[in-house]
Amino acid sequence: MTGQDNLRFAPGTVVVGKWHRNRYQLVKWLGSGAQGTVYLARDGARSIAIKLAKDRASLISEVNVLKQFEKLQGDPLGPSLYDSDDWLIGGRTIGFCAMEYLDGVSLAEALKRKPFDWALVYMLQLLKQLKQLHETGYIFGDLKPENLILMHPGHSIRCLDFGGATRIGRSVREYTEFYDRGYWGLGSRRAEPSYDLFACVMILIYAATGKRMERLSTPQLQLRQLVKTQPRLIPFRRVMMNALNGSYTTADQMRQELLHDIMANQQNEPHVAKVRHSHRRQPASNHETWKSAWMAASVVISAYILFVIIYVM
Amino acid sequence: MKKGTLKQILLITDGCSNEGEDPIAMAALAREQGITVNVIGVLDQYDSEDGHGLQEVEGIAQAGGGISQIVQTKQLAQTVQMVTKQAMTQTIKGVINRQLQDILGDGESVEDLPPEKRGKVMEVVDEVGETADLHVCILVDTSASMKNKLPTVRDALKDLSLSLSARMGENQFCLYLFPGKKKSVQKVISWTPQLDSIERTFDKISSHGITPTGPAIKEAVRGFDSVSRKRGFYDDGDEAYDDGPR
Repeated sequence: MTGQDNLRFAPGTVVVGKWHRNRYQLVKWLGSGAQGTVYLARDGARSIAIKLAKDRASLISEVNVLKQFEKLQGDPLGPSLYDSDDWLIGGRTIGFCAMEYLDGVSLAEALKRKPFDWALVYMLQLLKQLKQLHETGYIFGDLKPENLILMHPGHSIRCLDFGGATRIGRSVREYTEFYDRGYWGLGSRRAEPSYDLFACVMILIYAATGKRMERLSTPQLQLRQLVKTQPRLIPFRRVMMNALNGSYTTADQMRQELLHDIMANQQNEPHVAKVRHSHRRQPASNHETWKSAWMAASVVISAYILFVIIYVM
Repeated sequence: MKKGTLKQILLITDGCSNEGEDPIAMAALAREQGITVNVIGVLDQYDSEDGHGLQEVEGIAQAGGGISQIVQTKQLAQTVQMVTKQAMTQTIKGVINRQLQDILGDGESVEDLPPEKRGKVMEVVDEVGETADLHVCILVDTSASMKNKLPTVRDALKDLSLSLSARMGENQFCLYLFPGKKKSVQKVISWTPQLDSIERTFDKISSHGITPTGPAIKEAVRGFDSVSRKRGFYDDGDEAYDDGPR
């Protein structure tokens, strides 16, 4: 298990299953992750996704989870599973699975391009998906924008990569530090719905700030401060604090409250694209602008005072 | 399957041993007694990849039936918990493979089963990995070149404790530093279920140029006797999972 397997193959390579004898032709490399490499492939006339695993054990676990979801009714949570097999090539045995090809943009890409309003809509969709997932007795585990995909067309969100999915009550199988509550000192790594809901808050923080910030020496305080002071997040601070503290036991509770706050929130951010800021000021909202400027200033000052109290004294 | 105890040594180092017994032989000795040895080699971006040091890291893990990883200092936390969990899975699979061989005859292993059956076996492996008791003896190289990496090592170990305490099984940790003040190895924390009290452990370390990796492993192996004895009177089946040398 030492070292890393090379899973790069040229387009046109044919993958043949050892057990089921199905043949798939690789078309295009789609991406590589910690667990393996995914290709767009052709199964006869239909396009599918093939995941070649670095570690067969972890692929098997993911396949087990996908099989569980196959039995469910309603909106699909992830890609459908078509096949799982071994491929013998050049003396190596590579485990692979064939799945539905989900055509779309990853949430990580979409968040870079779309205004924050969209992040909130995606979050509502995600929470609905998570509710379904949690009801099956699993949590997603490694929840992050890179593992979520927005389907063409219609922007509906689907989960990719169930490698981190863990049965509730067990220890979380895979995680990414920034989205992990243990890393921020805000809870255990036991699989509970609230573990995923914490990651949801981190996705919103990432969407609002555009970066994965560094952890400071008092991480709990750092996150709470951020949620209370980040202008885009202020309207939703109540929901976010609850989720940070693990107060929600179901995704639906969080979804209801978030939806409520979204509907109640007055838009005071001007309607411009995230990257290009227009400096046209509307005369009517001058008063509003000053008020929010004072608000921001006082928030910054109180944050500074808090900082001084904590670090200097 | 009977609930048992997984025993591991986790060695965190950045280079070559230069004193005492051959660490690779000592790792093999540990394995003879049902203890898996995992090694994490820590590098800075400034460290040149010294071939000899890396060879030793791999050699120790191989002889000790464990896993080795070379990482940059900042990836340490995730690597430590991943290596520990992977090694548990590997050991459990080893045990299951042996039982399969008894049933199916020579040459059959989990890997030779069709994916559907392997999936069922992996569920059992997961189950055992989640519920088994785990004893980890951590050995940290504190020689001069490790000095600036120690705060990260400390955080990584706290993180390991957090990850493992989410499991359903019981955990026991102990911590040894080498070289020690007077002896080659120094025990700083004896068996404990949580590693959250290690804030100051690394503060009063005197750094030497010597790296007695071999003696450290040997001492760690001895350390496992004390936890077995301590637990012996109320634990009737303290049977170690031992997949034996291959």
